[in-house]
Amino acid sequence: MTAIGEKGVQDPSVQIHAAEETPRGYGSMKRKEDARFVRGRGQYVDDVVLPGMLHGAVLRSPLAHARITSIDTSAAEAHPKVHAVITGATLEGLGLAWMPTLSQDTQAVLATDKVRFQGQEVAFVVADDRYAARDALALIDVEYEPLEPVIDAKRALEAGTPVIRTDKEGKTDNHIFDWESGDRSATDAVFAEAEAAEDQLVVVQDMIYPRVHPAPLETCGAIADMDPVTGKLTLWTTTQAPHAHRTLYALVAGLPEHKIRIISPDIGGGFGNKVGIYPGYVCAVVASIVTGVPVKWMEDRSENLMSTSFARDYHMRGEVAVTRDGRIRGVRVHVLADHGAFNATAQPTAFPAGFFGVFTGSYDLEAAHCAVTGVYTNKASGGVAYACSFRITEAVYLIERMVDVVAHDLGMDPAELRMRNLLRPEQFPYQSKTGWEYDSGDYPHTLQVALDKAGYQELRAEQADRRRRFADAQRSGAGPAGTAGEPVKLMGIGLSFFTEAVGAGPRRSMDILGLGMADGAELRVHPTGKAVLRVSCQSQGQGHETTFAQIVAQELGLSPDDIDVVHGDTDQTPFGLGTYGSRSTPVSGAATAMVARKVRERAKIVAAAMMEVSADDLEWDDGRWQVAGDPDASRSMADIAMAAHSNLELPEGVEGHLDATCVYNPPNLTYPCGAYICVVDVDPGTGAVDVRRFVAVDDCGMRINPMIVEGQVHGGLADGVGMALMQCIAFDLDGNCLGGSMMDYLLPTSLECPSWELGETVTPSPHHPIGAKGVGESATVGSPPAVVNAVIDALAPYDVRHADMPLTPAAVWCAAQGHPLRPDLGIT
Amino acid sequence: MQITVSVNGESHVRDVEPRLLLTHFLRDELRLTGTHWGCDTSNCGACVVRLDGVPVKSCTVLAVMADGAEVTTVEGLAHGRTDADLDPVQEGFMVCHGLQCGFCTPGMMLTSRALLDRDPAPSAATIREAISGQICRCTGYENIVRSVQWAAAKEAATRDAADADTDSSEALA
Ligand code: FES
Ligand code: FES
Repeated sequence: MTAIGEKGVQDPSVQIHAAEETPRGYGSMKRKEDARFVRGRGQYVDDVVLPGMLHGAVLRSPLAHARITSIDTSAAEAHPKVHAVITGATLEGLGLAWMPTLSQDTQAVLATDKVRFQGQEVAFVVADDRYAARDALALIDVEYEPLEPVIDAKRALEAGTPVIRTDKEGKTDNHIFDWESGDRSATDAVFAEAEAAEDQLVVVQDMIYPRVHPAPLETCGAIADMDPVTGKLTLWTTTQAPHAHRTLYALVAGLPEHKIRIISPDIGGGFGNKVGIYPGYVCAVVASIVTGVPVKWMEDRSENLMSTSFARDYHMRGEVAVTRDGRIRGVRVHVLADHGAFNATAQPTAFPAGFFGVFTGSYDLEAAHCAVTGVYTNKASGGVAYACSFRITEAVYLIERMVDVVAHDLGMDPAELRMRNLLRPEQFPYQSKTGWEYDSGDYPHTLQVALDKAGYQELRAEQADRRRRFADAQRSGAGPAGTAGEPVKLMGIGLSFFTEAVGAGPRRSMDILGLGMADGAELRVHPTGKAVLRVSCQSQGQGHETTFAQIVAQELGLSPDDIDVVHGDTDQTPFGLGTYGSRSTPVSGAATAMVARKVRERAKIVAAAMMEVSADDLEWDDGRWQVAGDPDASRSMADIAMAAHSNLELPEGVEGHLDATCVYNPPNLTYPCGAYICVVDVDPGTGAVDVRRFVAVDDCGMRINPMIVEGQVHGGLADGVGMALMQCIAFDLDGNCLGGSMMDYLLPTSLECPSWELGETVTPSPHHPIGAKGVGESATVGSPPAVVNAVIDALAPYDVRHADMPLTPAAVWCAAQGHPLRPDLGIT
Repeated sequence: MQITVSVNGESHVRDVEPRLLLTHFLRDELRLTGTHWGCDTSNCGACVVRLDGVPVKSCTVLAVMADGAEVTTVEGLAHGRTDADLDPVQEGFMVCHGLQCGFCTPGMMLTSRALLDRDPAPSAATIREAISGQICRCTGYENIVRSVQWAAAKEAATRDAADADTDSSEALA
């Protein structure tokens, strides 16, 4: 057998589930949706063609900050295939030039006064086909008067900096909000003590989590179909939250909500990118109203990368108060949050910095405090996209990077430092110093499983040997090339331990634009015992049609093959806030279990009537209602369903049929956790990083379909490697986007990704009906610090303490030479 | 321009603009929407089809260049409608969870099919190399590699069984 973890080599010890026989409930089974996908019969928005449909295209600003002096659309309008050209002036007439954002700001649909980022929407052309629409864009003549762009977030608040949001009355600066969390004075007191005490110290580090983009493989788009007779708008669109979109369109466009139907068909990946409402969607709606026929708009890749929701762009200063023997006492954080030209971040209303408040991580602290300031810059708006669970990605990166910096300064092993400070199982439910109630976990156990799986001690021994050889090579003058002509690569081992807070959220504290974060489910059981579940969340590849059928199957003793899951159509599903922030299983999954239990209880009464016994004498056993102690007297769900629809005399409490509905209001968030270990080899001559191994032990509570859970983790790990090493939407100081295509915005391929090694621990959520915690974003959140920690660890011979992502070869090499880069500004 | 293109064994004659991309020809003209589009720069491979057997990025081929050629798309992978008609690569992707959103999947499967046609027992490293010009944002690639290996193993088993059959019939003769 070949060595474990060698790239691309399959090792039998790697935990992996493939599909097995269809279980009656939980287990690894083939996904129901795959039958259509492998045949090329998925139906994504761009696959939909409606009769008479026209095609739209958006003209975008080439400049980051400029006044629009004139727009001439006459040549475009004269194009024989063009039906309409819509500009900001057209929209102004309809009161639609600006739309509300998810953060109670406003965003230009089509620019009227100024353009505020490169790629901003300026005009919309409607033509016979997609080629003609793009031809006509070139015929529109826009005159701009360039203004000085504000690109570096650190300069946005300086005096004399141009004001971006001149549209807001009385606005004299680029400030958006100040927000804080935790106890400032208690934290300051701990830090003052630590500074004064001999046996303590304060560790400080600045770091940037640069702007990245989720880049789902399918870009965003919509087909708007306004029926001029009925006045009903059907909008086929790439959305992760169809119901929230419906309400927003009602608010934005003033359309009556019952006359709006949002259909979100198959979605080619979302990762948060498809939460927001983009100007192109609104333009398609207006275009359909204007032309009286359906209008399709699909953005191209550059439009997707340059104009839709980015993620991160957090400039952070972390401070840790710690005793010299490694007990972490307090954490203090300052953040400058770059929100781009419009504050369109999608997070619960009371949380302008999302759930960044969980920056205390997985550790038992005495005090903690953070202050976040949001600013406008001349960059695309959006934010809080990309598998981040509302800024938890940034929070986890901050704390996990800081722990390694502390380990570096104390000369302590980072695994040992973490073990010493992790929350202990008996502390759960744990009230964090910033007000979160962690539901459950056994952190030391999870970390130990990861250390054992990785063979941590052996890895450290191998690393020591490598470092000796590297030092020898340096001494002998062979340099990084090594003595044997073969470069001695530096080996790095990086850890992270993350706690996520997902499944938003309790309605008393969490809403989006006033909509409480609950989700509905509706379950129909047909007379023959086959069922249809309708849910408000929306899969973008997570496999809801399978997982949710399995939840119903587990509760009712049916086969998942006998349950269809309907989602993604607001006329056919109950209201709910959709899929993002790993909330589908925690919220919609809970609604599904609860609605199935309602059906089961109803079935109990019917079963009692069928067997002429009291319902109190029945017990649920192996998918059947059975008379206690008499296995021969029982009824299956199929028997009961038929009886519920028959002329059987029904007792009090049932109306006939078994169908039920439910709305699930989460009592708390769920708190998945995990321990990740990354092993890298760094070429000191070129700075190139090779991820040799990645061990990920996740605790997401109950696993409904282990194969699907592992797939979610795999994808997130690839994302983490990509963000740590390659992905960055940088800007030059003129505001030109330097990551506007897949040539410049590098996404990980099969060659950058190792063969992932997964493990698990299972601590069910005590407040969730099936103990599940959600996993979609765990790996994206947890993996970047593990990769970065590994690279910095590899650079120990150069005494590097920190370098910012993405750790491209140039960034690594420069860090080793003592000249760290500002990757976000494209400055080399 | 008039072109004649055979797609999945069926011949199509169409009058097209010279600039029409093969991707759009397949999707818009023939309504074969299993071939996807994901980038402007020939990086993602969502559009991969086989052109006379060779996997190509159909966003980088003009429809007129396919005049007289044989194109295979994902719709042509299975031999019929039942599960038994699926290509082993399609089955492998289902068994090993080689897809999530399914957007990259047609391209990944066509490249994998072409790989197995020339190398029936590829190593994991060879599979990674073969799909390295394509992006999957969902799976982290590991399960795609396993899916292809599953297909290779199934095809090897089928070949062994066929050989055994021939052997035994030879023995009988
Ligand atoms: S669409 Fe052809 S490579 Fe991306
Ligand atoms: S399965 Fe979604 S891009 Fe590959």
